Amino acid sequence: MIEVDHLIKSYGQARAVNDISFKVEKGEILGFLGPNGAGKTTTMRILTGYLPATAGTARIAGYDVFEQSMEVRKRIGYLPETPPLYPEMTVEAYLTFVARIKGVTASDISGRVEESMRLTNLTDRRKELIKRLSRGYKQRVGIAQAIVHNPDVVILDEPTVGLDPNQIKEVRNLIKGLSGEHTIILSTHILPEVEMTCDRVVIINKGRIAAIDTTDNLTRQLKGGERVQIQVRGDIATLRSKLEEVEGLIRIDLEPQEGSDLVTGSIESEEGKDLRARIASTVVHGGLDLLEIRAVGLSLEDIFMQLTTEEKAA
Amino acid sequence: MKGILAIYRREMSSYFVSPIAYIVIGFFLVITGYFFSNILSILIERSFMAQMQAQQMGAPPEMDVPSLVIRNFTGVIATLLLFLMPMLTMGSYAEERKRGTMEMLMTSPLTELQIVVGKFLALLSLFVLMLAPTLIYHLFMSFYSEPAMPWRIVWTGYLGIFLLGAVLLALGSFISSLTESQIVAGVITFVVFLLLWVLDLSVRSATSTTGEIFKYLSILQHYDTFAQGVIDTTSVVFYVSAVVLGLYLTHRTLESMRWRRA
Repeated sequence: MIEVDHLIKSYGQARAVNDISFKVEKGEILGFLGPNGAGKTTTMRILTGYLPATAGTARIAGYDVFEQSMEVRKRIGYLPETPPLYPEMTVEAYLTFVARIKGVTASDISGRVEESMRLTNLTDRRKELIKRLSRGYKQRVGIAQAIVHNPDVVILDEPTVGLDPNQIKEVRNLIKGLSGEHTIILSTHILPEVEMTCDRVVIINKGRIAAIDTTDNLTRQLKGGERVQIQVRGDIATLRSKLEEVEGLIRIDLEPQEGSDLVTGSIESEEGKDLRARIASTVVHGGLDLLEIRAVGLSLEDIFMQLTTEEKAA
Repeated sequence: MKGILAIYRREMSSYFVSPIAYIVIGFFLVITGYFFSNILSILIERSFMAQMQAQQMGAPPEMDVPSLVIRNFTGVIATLLLFLMPMLTMGSYAEERKRGTMEMLMTSPLTELQIVVGKFLALLSLFVLMLAPTLIYHLFMSFYSEPAMPWRIVWTGYLGIFLLGAVLLALGSFISSLTESQIVAGVITFVVFLLLWVLDLSVRSATSTTGEIFKYLSILQHYDTFAQGVIDTTSVVFYVSAVVLGLYLTHRTLESMRWRRA
């Protein structure tokens, strides 16, 4: 449904989007995950035909977003970061206007407006002025606006930002409910959101794709890399030199605890290798007291941090 | 066409839910009403004086009060428009840009031209709604006019004002498309219109070649011939080209937003 191929967008010297490629199948929900300023919004704006790409192509439903922009625009619904609302209009009048400019045929307009209000639970607020609505309701109107013309593809830029926890839950359920019929791309910098709503994730950082996989896979794969938490009494330098002798460890983070001779550490090993026994014996044979050792899995949060802060770690 | 109509209808309905249209129209009608009665009474007084003089001196009383009223009155309207039009146009695009609705319009299957034309036609309709009630003043005058009212001058005068207004609206909406702040748009539009007015005052008596050029370019100058009951093709062409230029520039600005915005 969506094919993005080596997309580049430059502003002067800076590259906001640097060689991004991915595909989204029909009915899928794709999460676009990345820190602020990673290039999520820019990519979305290119897909919606708002901005032209510097290089590369993107196709939606087989239409090139630049060459056949009008065809693409008929087939997508887009919710920008701030919902594009006219505060002085009523919900119903606003949705009717959007349906008109999206090219819904006159006879279908009232039906589509009705349907979009039903899906977003706005039917009893139809006569209310948008400016009188709460933030959560405004966001719903924004989503209703994106689906009023029954588009193939729905693009949502940070749909839950600024909402309270209940509203966030509602919006997520709403988005889940839309999948199947619509192909959805949503961007966020909140991880649980991706874990809860998306089938697949694109992690994007500094304009590049850092990782792309199904949510389950990504979590499983990186959880596969073992991580061990330890607490040791003894000298930190000795501990480090002993641990460095152990084969198969990727990362050793040691931190002395203030006011005592305790050292806590977080050790990562290669995927699929459980090195707890080796670590334990190394520590003990090194003449240090091993107080605690346990295996911990990586959360999506850690993966995200890892992928997006690589430069700092190196 | 459907796209233009959708934009047009939304614009029209939005004018009448905010107080600004009512304020501008109300103010316009109060001021024009005041000036109309003022001009009329002054001219009637003068014509009496002329008649009295004529009786004493024996010269024929040559004073066409209705034509003079119309000529002076349309002059007042033209000046007033320079001050009021910025208030109608300032929000036209600036507000859409600020709210982010411009992004929605531009990701809808609408061309930039449809947006520009729809918005311009809505402004033009609002302007006609503002102007039309002033025709009642002339209707009243025609009841008491002796000799009969020269309606032809009324129509050409109003055609001139309509064209002048269209130019100001096109120019004002272009300025509005350049910024995200309607206050900035309003102030700049006002300053530009003020410059046009000053320019017009200073070239009225010009005789040099450069003076003549500026005189041709002065938008207020062109409207004078209409007030004298003449439909001057040069002026019509001048105004229509100015409108087209204004809309074209607006169109280009919208297009360029796609290339510029981060």
